[in-house]
Amino acid sequence: MLLLQVIVGGLLLGAIYALFSSGLTLIWGMMNFINFAHGEFVMLGMYVALLVVVWLGGGPAVFGFAAAFALFVLGVAVYLSLIRHVLRGPMIAQILSTFGLALLLRYTAFWIFSANFVSLPQTSLSGTVNISGILMPVPQLVAGLVAIMLTVGLHLLLTKTTVGSKLLAVSEDRNAAMLMGIRPDRMQALAWGLSAGAAGIAGALMATAYPWSPSVGETFGLTAFVVVALGGFGSVPGALYAGLIVGLIQAISAFWLGPIYKDIVVYALFVALLWLRPQGLMGKA
Amino acid sequence: MKSLTAAGPAALLLAAGLLSYPVVFSDPYYLDIGVTFLLAAISASAWNVVGGYAGQVSVGHSMFFGIGAYAPLLFYTLFKWPPMVGIPVGIAVSVALAVVIGVPTFRLTGHYFSMATIAVAELIRIFFGTWNLVGAAIGLQGPATARGWWDLTFRSELPYYYIFLAVLALLLYFTFAVERRRFGYYLRAIKAGERASRSLGVPVQQTKIKALIFSAAFTSVAGSLYSIKTGFIDPESGFGILVSVQMVIIAALGGAGTLFGPLVGALILIPLQTATNTWFGGGGSGLTYILYGGIIVVIARFEPGGVFELWDRIVPRRWRRKYAA
Repeated sequence: MLLLQVIVGGLLLGAIYALFSSGLTLIWGMMNFINFAHGEFVMLGMYVALLVVVWLGGGPAVFGFAAAFALFVLGVAVYLSLIRHVLRGPMIAQILSTFGLALLLRYTAFWIFSANFVSLPQTSLSGTVNISGILMPVPQLVAGLVAIMLTVGLHLLLTKTTVGSKLLAVSEDRNAAMLMGIRPDRMQALAWGLSAGAAGIAGALMATAYPWSPSVGETFGLTAFVVVALGGFGSVPGALYAGLIVGLIQAISAFWLGPIYKDIVVYALFVALLWLRPQGLMGKA
Repeated sequence: MKSLTAAGPAALLLAAGLLSYPVVFSDPYYLDIGVTFLLAAISASAWNVVGGYAGQVSVGHSMFFGIGAYAPLLFYTLFKWPPMVGIPVGIAVSVALAVVIGVPTFRLTGHYFSMATIAVAELIRIFFGTWNLVGAAIGLQGPATARGWWDLTFRSELPYYYIFLAVLALLLYFTFAVERRRFGYYLRAIKAGERASRSLGVPVQQTKIKALIFSAAFTSVAGSLYSIKTGFIDPESGFGILVSVQMVIIAALGGAGTLFGPLVGALILIPLQTATNTWFGGGGSGLTYILYGGIIVVIARFEPGGVFELWDRIVPRRWRRKYAA
């Protein structure tokens, strides 16, 4: 029964991994660009949630929206002020730009919030439920389920709506899309907003259930790489499956080997994946 | 030899400056800055071979630095051997690791290589933090007092300064020699366009791996020199991501893919870093890293070629022609 509980806990955390990784994979798929600051976006989402709760006393719905909105704005701003320009530059500029941004955000957060671990004050989400013998904290359960719904929602947005079609059109052929009356720049800015917004809300969801410090961004960024590499670059459904798998592997390795080893196992999996299937588990060769 | 006429006087001046620095600034504080500068210049120049010339941006070079740093102190801790015995061992392990990482990741695009290098460096860092043989999270220590000159444990920083300078000179000489061979042209061709260079017969995969091996070997030596000098190493100071970041930022600041770029970058960044540490209090405040991040973003956005290119644009054409090849 304990193992079952570990599995469910891992899947719920994995759902949040899936949500923020789908943001990373969206940018990768659309413009063949890796955002090294993605984990920092998640971390900022957590602090936005904290500030909203402490200052405004908002409930989970309020700080969830606040984190999504704040990070959406940040994502668009980062695209317009930085990414748009380095996309035309050499490869080294592309890699350095978001890498530098990650350092800037991480250490600014250190400076403002200090390196101590914090957690959200008790919100309306609390207590545990007993589902046929499996004890689940309510915040974790809600966060995981909401994350799955949002990831599926993002997938539907990309595949079923006009905006989604426009985004995909730009990612397939920028010039052809332009000839069809779509503004690629605007669409890419939107993609950055959505990507960062997904990271922000994932951060807010995670903040309800887990404590954090400014350095979590680095771990989340790497986790997102692993998820995206596993699920195939540019695939939101791939990110969903891979996120759940990574969450599960982490939970089981923490349970069997000890908590320190959970990241080692995941990174080792990543390196093994590079050797065996560099295009991702579900990616095309 | 044509471009030597331009670089020659500048290089001579630089060499004279570096050789006489400890004589002019004999105060231990300034000597320490000099030693830090040389070490940073060595690791950034080593990174530059694969990250600059070949354009394969590794953000995990701390894996080689850390291995190089652990090896000497591990031999000392286990067998009481002189730390420098570990230097060739560190090189050997780093080279092996370079091959293991390079073979799979170099088949893919540049972003993927960056991602993979971060992941491997982090993997090793966490692993060393749990491995009791290497002191786990506490790390390893070197000899407290020298048992003889072979321990390379000196009170004064002066011997380190000249040892580091010699290593830097050797590294720059090798890079200079490689730069104008066929291999150097291969590297730059790969950076300019991988597909095009492959179609022209450049052995892309092989060249990248050779560059990584060369780079890893010297980064490992830099790590060994660091740990022998400080007599202490732990997972964070060996394998931490900031170790890698420093190499990238210094090379990018001065101009990645140029012989003296990393040197110029270190010349700018190390005094700046020392100054921020002095003004805003030690490394704990993290302001240095905010500065790092800011510099990286600004370089990437406005000056991806480093300050050398800025120089090229600012200095009036007439004045420059004198030095043009």
